[in-house]
Amino acid sequence: MARAAVRGRLTWQIAKVADVVDETARVRTLVLDVPDWPGHAAGQHLDVRLTAEDGYRAERSYSIASAPGEPLAITVERLDDGEVSPYLTEELRGGDALELRGPVGGYFVWDAVDGGPLLLVAGGSGIVPLRAILRHRRRTGSEVAVRLLYSSRSPGDVIYRSELAEPAGGVDVVQTLTREQPDGWTGYARRVDAALLGEVAWPAEQEPLAFVCGPTSFVETVASGLVALGYPPTRVKTERFGATGGR
Amino acid sequence: MSFISRGFHGRRDDEVDPKRVPPGQYVTHDFPVLSAGPTPHTPLEEWTFSIVNGDERKTWTWDELRALPNEEVTVDIHCVTRWSKLDTTWQGVSVDTLLDQVEHDSPFVLAFCDGGYTTNLPLEDVSGGKAWVAFGYDGEPLDPEHGGPARLLVPHLYFWKSAKWVRGLELRDEDEPGFWETYGYHSYGDPWREQRYAGD
Repeated sequence: MARAAVRGRLTWQIAKVADVVDETARVRTLVLDVPDWPGHAAGQHLDVRLTAEDGYRAERSYSIASAPGEPLAITVERLDDGEVSPYLTEELRGGDALELRGPVGGYFVWDAVDGGPLLLVAGGSGIVPLRAILRHRRRTGSEVAVRLLYSSRSPGDVIYRSELAEPAGGVDVVQTLTREQPDGWTGYARRVDAALLGEVAWPAEQEPLAFVCGPTSFVETVASGLVALGYPPTRVKTERFGATGGR
Repeated sequence: MSFISRGFHGRRDDEVDPKRVPPGQYVTHDFPVLSAGPTPHTPLEEWTFSIVNGDERKTWTWDELRALPNEEVTVDIHCVTRWSKLDTTWQGVSVDTLLDQVEHDSPFVLAFCDGGYTTNLPLEDVSGGKAWVAFGYDGEPLDPEHGGPARLLVPHLYFWKSAKWVRGLELRDEDEPGFWETYGYHSYGDPWREQRYAGD
């Protein structure tokens, strides 16, 4: 497995918000112009630091939503009791400056040479680093077979909806809507569990590589389910976020 | 530092003593989980804890470890992902108690775990009453999600050093980076000096 280790010191940089894209009512993508961005691997994250006029600071990490080589972007879900995410999704505008550093994290990453087949499993905003992987695959012309299983609560919560509706060749997108489905919905309508994984996941004999990202309980269920299906734990990479009001 | 985030006011927590919160951290009342892979489930009858020193290996079974004197400690913990949790209560065996049963003079340890996770620490940071092998949290057995049956507890360093599912310590003459340290995280990880990443 290629290791995208962080090299040298990560210094804080001032990015300019080049564009904002509303993905859902609660989720916004920020396209960032960073003059000295050192580049990143698909799946990595970055740190954001906000400073108030009196010097008070808050820092958080966000997954990078863009592929290596694309304009840098993060996608942020607003948490009502959050401190940083409401600022990023409601206050920040195009042209504003944002302090950040990165990229961070070298384990939950995929490069075309890592191969597959790939199983990507996302709960809610856990789709963000997996989207970077999908875009990286497309940009590099990789033909690695991909299945994406994406769980959202309702149609209005689906992030990157139009992009996921037109996947690249070789990418199967399987969605489940756990609370509310539109008329004529043909996808799944239940929470991801061992049985659903058994229907969607690549058989373990194909030696797939799995990336799982979402809330803690979701990731716990999926990771255990994949191990029960015969996936070696080292082929199941996870990234979890707790409902801490922090993101 | 002249940069100001336009329109950011922040949400200060008046109930928290700021002197207890390291820079860049916020206090949470939940107990978030971060792990790189699936949660291992080693049966207790197969579980052991070892201290490895070159060719020598001192091993305790689960029952032997639980028969050692244990302590209840209340400490603040700080995760590199920025949450801090104050006044957490743990039950465990002091690492001193284990090291006392082994001849050693190595300056470093590498903690090793189920799932292949490792993390490196100076010996002086796991001795002198600063570290425990914890098997209880808040009076209950430690949940697998949080590292049960046992995890290292080294509360004065970022919490990735408190390795989950710990199975032993390897005494080392040289410092060898562990799992996250290889991926760019800081080799030592002092939250008060905000040593999150290599070079911090």
